[in-house]
Amino acid sequence: MLSGLAIAGGLLVITRRNAVHSALALIVTLLAVAGLYLMLYAPFVAGVQIIVYAGGIMVLFLFVIMLVSLERTVKERQFNRIWPIGLLASCALLALFFSVFEKGKKLFEDRLVPAPTESVNTQKIGEMLYGNYMFAFEIASLLLLVAILGAVIMAKKRI
Amino acid sequence: MLDQFMSYLGSTLTPGQANNQLWALIYVLIIFAGVSVAVMAMNWLERKALAHFQVRLGPMRVGPHGLLQPIADAVKLMIKEDIIPSEADKFVFWIAPLIGLLAAFTVYTVVPFGPSQAVSDMNIGILFMLGVSSLAVLGVVMAGWASNSHYPLIGALRSSAQMVSYEVAMGLAVVCAILMTSLHGLGLYGVSKLSDGTGTLSMIGIVQAQQEQHVWFLFKFFPLGLIAFVIFAIAMVAETNRAPFDLPEAESELTAGFHTEYSGLRWSLFMLAEYAAMIAVSSIAVTLWLGGWLRPFPNLLAGPTWDFIFALFPGLTFLGLGAIAFLGTVRMPKHPYFKIQTIGLAAFGVVLAGIGVLLLAIPIAAKVSNHDILNRSTEALMNVYWFVAKVAVFMYLYIWYRATWPRYRFDQLMKVGWKVMLPISLGVLILTAIVGVIL
Amino acid sequence: MADIGTLHYLVVAAALFVLGVIGVLTRRNVVIVLMSIELILNAVNLNLVAFSRMWGNLHGQVFSIFIVVDAAAEAAVGLGILIAFFRNKETINVDEIDLLKW
Repeated sequence: MLSGLAIAGGLLVITRRNAVHSALALIVTLLAVAGLYLMLYAPFVAGVQIIVYAGGIMVLFLFVIMLVSLERTVKERQFNRIWPIGLLASCALLALFFSVFEKGKKLFEDRLVPAPTESVNTQKIGEMLYGNYMFAFEIASLLLLVAILGAVIMAKKRI
Repeated sequence: MLDQFMSYLGSTLTPGQANNQLWALIYVLIIFAGVSVAVMAMNWLERKALAHFQVRLGPMRVGPHGLLQPIADAVKLMIKEDIIPSEADKFVFWIAPLIGLLAAFTVYTVVPFGPSQAVSDMNIGILFMLGVSSLAVLGVVMAGWASNSHYPLIGALRSSAQMVSYEVAMGLAVVCAILMTSLHGLGLYGVSKLSDGTGTLSMIGIVQAQQEQHVWFLFKFFPLGLIAFVIFAIAMVAETNRAPFDLPEAESELTAGFHTEYSGLRWSLFMLAEYAAMIAVSSIAVTLWLGGWLRPFPNLLAGPTWDFIFALFPGLTFLGLGAIAFLGTVRMPKHPYFKIQTIGLAAFGVVLAGIGVLLLAIPIAAKVSNHDILNRSTEALMNVYWFVAKVAVFMYLYIWYRATWPRYRFDQLMKVGWKVMLPISLGVLILTAIVGVIL
Repeated sequence: MADIGTLHYLVVAAALFVLGVIGVLTRRNVVIVLMSIELILNAVNLNLVAFSRMWGNLHGQVFSIFIVVDAAAEAAVGLGILIAFFRNKETINVDEIDLLKW
């Protein structure tokens, strides 16, 4: 049911004329995906997704939509002139995915590792972040710094 | 269904852990009803307290001392005409207050009223609460956008910018408190079982850590706990758009900001969402720093006699309130016009005193007969009472802030949020970590 | 209800991915294109977390956290570019952003 909600949300994102409606549909999709993470016993990733994605990035998107929305964008044509080609390419991609799933079905059988005890998930992720992935962690913080600087400079009126 | 009902009565787990849907539903309904009553009481208290701060009387006519004023307000708002601006985006206009309400009420699923009285004790309780309160910003933004007019749009943009900036300081202060669950400082009172390097993000776990470390996190690593608490207190006032950070919704500034175009029932939904969010973040603050449901000195003054004495507090409080109501009755003017108000206030006093007597009877009966259900209901009563009492103190503080302090200008607000709160909370975080590891 | 295996999550992730690709390829509104990119990243995340559950270790989840961080940075910069461009040309139509064309 959650996956149905996620896919319906995705469909709404790409088909609505009004950008604000698309943003709302994306929020619904993100929350549905967070629910799917919870079903996969990944509570920390679900929490991070809600805080960062649904709470932060979507607010940013809504801000920008409000700042740049013109009246004439609503009345313009929504889809590209070459949309049949895009649709065809995506259907080819989907067919590729399905063929991969069919061929590899034996690899990922319905083998789900028994659910780990929930209370240690966050702790283990923390251990891994600061243990194995320490370098990536530092690089990610550097990336965020660069992104902040870039966004501020881009949006300034005069440098 | 009946066996689901009975099987939970003896357990010491939350309904979420015991996988008991009926009791989870009952808890949710109780919390919903409780919060609605609390919001109405807050409305009344705000008007009365603000009035008394400003040396006037506040609503006195509607019920005795204005006690029925919130009900009158609710009725008025419900029968008002529901105006939707003509160019507004109908779907977004309709859904914006609902999102604010949803975000405010969903926090209550993780708020613990007792060691087993929470709807569900999620292991990432704090993370969940931070995420859900960041969804409240979406409601504000959509409300401003959907109204399709300048003032709400500017109000919404300002309000969401303010909420987002203070969320950062709030999150860092929360991380400070979580750090303290696993660092046990000087180890004066014995090593708590959580302090072998693993903290916990679950709300019930945080209060239990405070219980085992014999210290409210407010006073831990003094003054670091205090500074973290002050930062969280300021940030939570800014999060809920309350004075002195209420520029986006102040009546004299932007004609009521982002909810200008909402009338009647929708506006009351916004007010409900705002008060519910206030109570929600106050209960988070109480859980993280003030010891949650723990009575004062749970470890220093332990033992069945002290437990009994502290268990008498709820009943005595209600009896005291009933006595105040009787005092008011006696002091009512003796004019025949006031007869019905006098009778009303006396009836209210009788109700309060009745509740007080009932709440006194439970611990006394438990002490006398030592029955299992009575013992546990005394415990539950005490936990809920102390929690609600602490949150009530916060509510009064909110009203006090509104009455006393002038409003921040918007650029001053943002300056404080980023240039003052963020560095201080970072500093407190680092110092807590250093002090906790060294000591 | 049949047992929900890993394959179900992979199918959902693939569907979201394809929807995002359609959005990127066919929409003219730049903001919606950026949102479709976020859809793609989410689909990849879902894939990773599903596999992390299948193999029983947490590497997938850590990687997906990094992807979320990365998506946030990229959304911020992308929207900054959009605003800077909007100031110049007053349009958010992908077809009309052709200043480099000869």
